[in-house]
Amino acid sequence: MALKTEPFVLNIGPLHPSTHGVFRLLATLDGEVVIDIEPIIGYLHRGIEKLAEEREYQKDIPLCDRLDYVAAMSHSMAYVMAVEKLLGISVPERAEYIRVIMVELQRIASHLLAVGSIANEIGTFFTPFMYMFRERERILDLFDMVCGQRLLYNYMRFGGVSHDLPEEFIPALAKFINQMPGYIDEYDQLLAENEILLVRTKGIGVLPPELAINCSVSGPTLRASGVARDIRRCDPYSIYDRFEFDIPTRTAGDCYDRYRQRIEEMRQSLRIIRQAVEQLPQGKVNSQVPIRVRPPQGDVFVHVEAPRGELGFYLVSDGSEKPYRFHIRAPSLINLTPLREMIIGWKLADAIVIFGSIDIIMGEIDR
Amino acid sequence: MQALSFDEIAGLISAKYAPEMVAPSQGSLVVGGEHLLEVASYLRGTPELDFDYLISVTAVDYRGHFEIVYHLTSLQHSHSLVLKVRCPQDKPVMPSVVSLWRGADLQEREVFDLMGVSFAGHPNLKRLFLWDGFKGYPLRKDYSSGT
Amino acid sequence: MTAAGTISQASALASDWPGNFWLHLLVFALIILAFVILTVIILIWLERRLLGRIQVRPGPNRAGPFGLLQPIADVVKILTKEDTVPGWGDRLVFWLAPLVAFVPVLLVFAVVPFWNGALLADLNIGILYVLAVSSVASVGIFMTGWASGNKYSLIGAMRDIAQLISYEIPMMLSLAAVVLVAGSLSLNEIVAAQDVPYILLQPMGFTIFFIAALAEANRTPFDLVEADSEIVAGFNIEYSGMKFAILYLMEYSEVVFIAAIATSLFLGGWRGPFLPPFLWFVIKMFAVFFVLIWIRGTLPRLRIDQVMAFAWKFLLPLALINLVVTGAQVVFWPQAPYWSLVPINVTLLAALLLLWARFFRLGGSRVGI
Repeated sequence: MALKTEPFVLNIGPLHPSTHGVFRLLATLDGEVVIDIEPIIGYLHRGIEKLAEEREYQKDIPLCDRLDYVAAMSHSMAYVMAVEKLLGISVPERAEYIRVIMVELQRIASHLLAVGSIANEIGTFFTPFMYMFRERERILDLFDMVCGQRLLYNYMRFGGVSHDLPEEFIPALAKFINQMPGYIDEYDQLLAENEILLVRTKGIGVLPPELAINCSVSGPTLRASGVARDIRRCDPYSIYDRFEFDIPTRTAGDCYDRYRQRIEEMRQSLRIIRQAVEQLPQGKVNSQVPIRVRPPQGDVFVHVEAPRGELGFYLVSDGSEKPYRFHIRAPSLINLTPLREMIIGWKLADAIVIFGSIDIIMGEIDR
Repeated sequence: MQALSFDEIAGLISAKYAPEMVAPSQGSLVVGGEHLLEVASYLRGTPELDFDYLISVTAVDYRGHFEIVYHLTSLQHSHSLVLKVRCPQDKPVMPSVVSLWRGADLQEREVFDLMGVSFAGHPNLKRLFLWDGFKGYPLRKDYSSGT
Repeated sequence: MTAAGTISQASALASDWPGNFWLHLLVFALIILAFVILTVIILIWLERRLLGRIQVRPGPNRAGPFGLLQPIADVVKILTKEDTVPGWGDRLVFWLAPLVAFVPVLLVFAVVPFWNGALLADLNIGILYVLAVSSVASVGIFMTGWASGNKYSLIGAMRDIAQLISYEIPMMLSLAAVVLVAGSLSLNEIVAAQDVPYILLQPMGFTIFFIAALAEANRTPFDLVEADSEIVAGFNIEYSGMKFAILYLMEYSEVVFIAAIATSLFLGGWRGPFLPPFLWFVIKMFAVFFVLIWIRGTLPRLRIDQVMAFAWKFLLPLALINLVVTGAQVVFWPQAPYWSLVPINVTLLAALLLLWARFFRLGGSRVGI
């Protein structure tokens, strides 16, 4: 005689340790098996697009920092690049190099947080998380050196960056990039072969490449499924065409691959930073751009490879000093599109890991 | 395996469709709303174009009409294209492209939520960020945030 | 092999020490209560400090020297919290549950010998009593889950019951092998019989017992009951104040209980040279604590189906083989010297573990929807 069972609805979030902010997942469970989910977002909606349209261009840089607060450098860089394209101004060489160094450091910092949280969601009681934060702290200290901030930097400016690097920055950075490969090896020693981690992530939450492309998934999540799309390579911006680096990809597209993918990308970022430091020229870090800019009429779309994927800014200018339309193509939001296909059929515990392996930041999703 | 320039793409499109359906303008293709699905499936399905990746969907309120902007790219050929579709303010309904690119799913919902353009054929057209009872569409130009 | 009684009975504490049955009961009840609570407090401090070390951070170091007063501060904080009862829950069961969960864990210590003969009741069915009473704690946990009226709690509670039923069996079988070797069910006599700690004589028994005990006490990697990343805090999610303190105490008492049983049955209990017996008992317990904390600091969590599969497909066959092998050794080779049995059993453990690890796979299976 079969027991009579019925599915029940579990409300995961908006306040839950594994929702990376205020995300709500309405999951229908049959026992432990997730049979349906409905993501509900908007708890952090601040209307940044509207706010940005009501402010001058210069005042939108801090707003962009507050989109993805774990990768603020990348976001403000994408925004200032969009405005520079509208204005048609160029950036001094040294500033380009500084930007690349900052953005790649930011990518490492962001991936460290991502990998740490994946490990946490698998259930390691904060140990890998703390290891990764040890190195993330060093990066934040480096940021602190250049702009006096650790989270929301407000460092990028139209036509360059706000300050030149302080004297002590390059030695500290050199020390960091020499030590970091050893730390990454240490993570691999501790995590990559862990039996329990393997059974919890291998083959779990597979995202097939066709589905990933159709759902416009981007970033490490897409590349872990075997699609080598990286804006730095396929549509090079800034000075990325001058550096030698690989676009690592994985094949299986499961949670394990999404975790490994980020580890590999950290190594590549280190390679880029090393080359950028070697080639770093002397000179100005800011071309003189007036405080109030009035870009000519027109629209512009600039996309960059942010840590979480393809970050795009679509700006429409009507010739005034405020952007007429300010749209953000947020990778975290669009990466959530195939979430249902990835999660349903797996257990509740897997759902959390799959969700974590996509690595979202609510500030960017809700905007 | 060959990236086409915008002019080549525009040429291909102009050869196939009448100018009132699709017209190139300032680096983007302006498509009539009723022909969007047809053009889009041509762009997606033709092997030498093969626009399989929808980067972004957004809408702009031009006071009088909305312009829905689609950024497309092809992973194979790595060429990209901007589609612009106008729709009148008094009848803001557009065909949904979710059947072609599922990546449009959340983005069309976002446009629906913040700009008030509805997408016919969208499988789950609900508000995305704002709550159900919210009055108005914040990204429209006639909406003031009060700051 | 060996019989209980190699330790002279004369050195044992009288069974009615300090002189009278009721006095004995009272004194030992107080000793057990003090011992358990004190150990739990030290254990909490130790766990937080060690986890800090494992996680490259200092750990609590503000309250008192080396943060020693941190558990006290925690207790004060917890006790001053508002004691809430969810309105949609089952009030009576909600009140009762922490007690039902905590009391059995405390009761187990009645048969744990702190040194020779120093125990509340030297039951001749000691191990049976331990297994029977400790399982009752899970009823308490299920009550918390049910009475909270919270789905997370309920999931946690269901997981606990499933886990308990599965792991009870390999645990029982591994203890049965110990009983076969020692020839007694009384914990004191088993300790007395351990001229060589049974971890050497029964390596497989110890391995199985230890893993099963981890699962019974809901420790990493089997801490699904309170899996913080999935079901937030599991069964105790709705508890606060004193009731939460009791649940917390219960969890850590279970750890103390595992350590005490493992020490008594496999590590030679209070036996050891030079130091006083009680100290040996405590030292060995803390060695077990250390391993438990180490595991907690380093291992991720298994999934519920993997936990179940591990019990039924991995541990149970091994426990059965161990029981049969031990039985054969006891029956056919009762006078076997330790120096021959120890290497044989250790080799057997290694061979079987390798074999099982080769053929046993914890899969991730997706359910078709």
